[in-house]
Amino acid sequence: MSVYDEYDMTIGIECHVQLATKTKLFSPADNDARDAEPNAKVHEIDWGLPGVLPVLNEEAVCLAVRAGKALNAAIAPISRFDRKHYFYPDLPKGYQISQMYQPIILAGHIDAPLEDDSVVKVRIHHAHLEEDAGKLTHFSDYSLVDLNRAGTPLIEIVSEPDIHSAAEARAYATELYRLMTYAGVTHGNLYHGNMRFDVNISVAKKGATELGKRAEVKNLNSFRSVERAAEYEFKRQVDLLESGEKVVQETRGWNDDKQITTSQRSKEDAQDYRYMPDADIPPIVLSDEEITDIQASVPTLPGEYRKRWKDLNLDFSVVNTILEHQPVAITLDSVVQDQGANDVAKRVFNWFSSVQADDIDIAAVASGLVGPQRLTELSEMVSSNKLSSTGAKDIFLALFDEIYKGMAPEDIAKEKNLLQVSDESAIATIVDEVLNDPASAASIADIKAGKDKAIGYLVGQIMKKSQGKANPSLAQKLIRERL
Amino acid sequence: MITIGHILSRIKSGESSAVQEVEAALERAKAHASYHALLELTPERALERAKLVDEGALTGKLAGVPFVVKDNFLAFGAPTTAASNMLRNFDAPYQATVVEKLEQEGAICIGKSNLDAFAHGGSTENSAFGPTNNAIDTTRVAGGSSGGSAVVTALDIVPFALGSDTGGSIRQPASFNGVYGIKPTYGTASRYGVVAMASSTDTMGCFAHTAEDTALVMGVMAGRDSKDMTSLPDFFDGSIHPMNPMKIGIIKETMDNSVDESVRAVTNTYADTLRAAGHTVEEVSLPIVNHALAMYYIIIPAEVSSNLARYDGVRYGHRSEAAKTLAEVYSLSRAEGFMSENKRRILIGSFVLSQGFFDAYYLQAQKARTLLIQGFEKLFETYDALLTPTAAAPAFKLGENTEDPLKMYMTDVMTVPASLAGLPAISVPAGTNEQGLPIGVQLVGPLQSDNTLLSLAASVEEPRS
Repeated sequence: MSVYDEYDMTIGIECHVQLATKTKLFSPADNDARDAEPNAKVHEIDWGLPGVLPVLNEEAVCLAVRAGKALNAAIAPISRFDRKHYFYPDLPKGYQISQMYQPIILAGHIDAPLEDDSVVKVRIHHAHLEEDAGKLTHFSDYSLVDLNRAGTPLIEIVSEPDIHSAAEARAYATELYRLMTYAGVTHGNLYHGNMRFDVNISVAKKGATELGKRAEVKNLNSFRSVERAAEYEFKRQVDLLESGEKVVQETRGWNDDKQITTSQRSKEDAQDYRYMPDADIPPIVLSDEEITDIQASVPTLPGEYRKRWKDLNLDFSVVNTILEHQPVAITLDSVVQDQGANDVAKRVFNWFSSVQADDIDIAAVASGLVGPQRLTELSEMVSSNKLSSTGAKDIFLALFDEIYKGMAPEDIAKEKNLLQVSDESAIATIVDEVLNDPASAASIADIKAGKDKAIGYLVGQIMKKSQGKANPSLAQKLIRERL
Repeated sequence: MITIGHILSRIKSGESSAVQEVEAALERAKAHASYHALLELTPERALERAKLVDEGALTGKLAGVPFVVKDNFLAFGAPTTAASNMLRNFDAPYQATVVEKLEQEGAICIGKSNLDAFAHGGSTENSAFGPTNNAIDTTRVAGGSSGGSAVVTALDIVPFALGSDTGGSIRQPASFNGVYGIKPTYGTASRYGVVAMASSTDTMGCFAHTAEDTALVMGVMAGRDSKDMTSLPDFFDGSIHPMNPMKIGIIKETMDNSVDESVRAVTNTYADTLRAAGHTVEEVSLPIVNHALAMYYIIIPAEVSSNLARYDGVRYGHRSEAAKTLAEVYSLSRAEGFMSENKRRILIGSFVLSQGFFDAYYLQAQKARTLLIQGFEKLFETYDALLTPTAAAPAFKLGENTEDPLKMYMTDVMTVPASLAGLPAISVPAGTNEQGLPIGVQLVGPLQSDNTLLSLAASVEEPRS
């Protein structure tokens, strides 16, 4: 038993989610600056010019209300904006508009599934709307400011400290990502920082009544780094305590190259943000009816799919792969709805989970070009022995191929000459040919001598002669009848 | 006295043209340069626009009428300085909504008027470019913070001028210079494009010679602006209505011995005039007004400290030449760009918002503010309007209060209650003291009663030539 086994870790996560709005939270500037020149998507409001006033983007409010549903949270009937003050060149007004006192999303929870098929339930403390800051790039003796991101709408989702392992932290982050993308709240482009995680970690001896001092690792932008940072911090903090030192409450950064966390600033440097209500923005007032209306269009969420697919007895990783792309999940769910939890449906899941992401075209699934009907047809051809499993997989990939675009599986099978011959008389002719071939004599003798495996050679020969179209089990049956 | 009506009828009759009116206004401005009411003239843009009026390409309710804009409104043609070193060279890239609205009606801005830097003050002595003199007695202050706009109106340079009023910045200088000044209901006119002082009480209004002109201009300025979420749907029709007998209360707490005798006399005379016109005027009590100044000087500095945070020397405005580090860019640029009064308010505001003090000061003041609002509401159940002096005394001497900030703050005592409650309030020129210094009275009404207040004032206005 290692010393680490004597400790528990406690984790709470704050996640910043950039909302998929057309314009910024308080200005008409374009919210999509992915390919833009620095400072090209900056309105006078975002510059913080004298005299400008914020105008709340209603689309952002709607997305927050949708997020609330995904988080199983109530929406505040009245929420308000506050100003958080600090001086930094990425913050043009000298304050960030946020929601300190009355956030729009109240307490909720999510269930994050783990690899061992268990689930960690993480309570959400609240989530609030706020604007993103700009970006600084530092050079040797100067820094450049890019305000393209300044004013991008965010919701900050604050969890309760319900997470107790690095794996759970990863599971939570991953599930949060799925929920927010499924609900259409964010584009979910992690590379562009659409979701950023601040992970608060503390350790304490097992059974201790008080939590330890926590460190906050800021600005993680991948599930992997969330997991790694938690692992690293756990070890670092336990090592500190074991060597008689103390953990200090501080903000730490994640060094992805070295896979370590480093100290950024301690609590003593903590700023006084001088929060105050923002008198420029009237409160957001939402009736139950409005909330219901907005949430009505939230599509089926991952948790619901998992429930519906339970009877398929799929591996955790298969379900995860399918859930990675919402259009795939929608399409496959429709197969399940139609077929029930049978082999036809299960086969389709396995196709999708066994191929490389690059081999399939999600857009073709989303557009319905490769839809439930085609996939069901293809799977049924295997059930009815029209296709071998290998042939079906081949055709599955062909569905995404430009050459076979829009064609029915049966037609592709014909074109590719993959239809299995299940006509007994046709196969019987080939079987007889093979059995009469002198080259088969040795195998026949082996089989008769009880070495049943030798039948494989004969079946192989039949497949070869039939150019792979013979139904192998039928061929086997015919061989046995004749011997 | 030149009114809007005079100018419009001269242009209409062909007696003059818009160009001639604008040229004449510019001449008058130059002739009165010694008052230092104007920081900049905008002759090029003004004459260009006047020409459009004469050509018939620009029409509207105020076509060809020259006016002046307080220099904390963003407007084209000259820098928008807010009378500060911080914005000394700031050229507005867009115009304030209310300036745009007036221009759409053909009004022609001829210049930018002086103010206390960032509108912090009650005398226009806090201007980084030097004080403005009172229009009647040049040894006295113009009042403030919209001192320049009050003086250009009083001196007949233009028939109306724009001001902003956060705690009395239009009403008090109106009183000191003998003109009308309106602080409309909070949200009546858009705040967009005006250098923000305190977001919860900033209002945009104007100075003019008559209630009718005041209503006309406010009618153009008023209305919902999609760029200002706190702006109200248009309720201001810009005209004067015939009055039925009204019930008016004089707030007795504003008429005690601390108020100059001449001011009390003028206020009482005005009350008599109202009575003679058939209105009922009686004394009422609103004890909480005694605490309004304390509330004001907690809440407003808090908002000021926040609204001035953007002036950091990074993107625009003054940046210290001496700054070598980021921290110095902030500290030196702000030290050099702000006046002492700006700094005083930033310090007070930062203090009352800081951890551990927020509840005791800011929240407490906001609670008291709610009581003040309720106090007014209660009175308006019985009374249609309230009467008080606009200022406790006529214009004081230049330099008289500059060493004593508290004494300076006291000059706002009559005007801040309506600001904190968001109520409409107008200052009406009502008389003079024995030295001939103007004295104004203040009429305060329920929310959105702006038209009524102006109509009430008009109903007892002495006909003037």
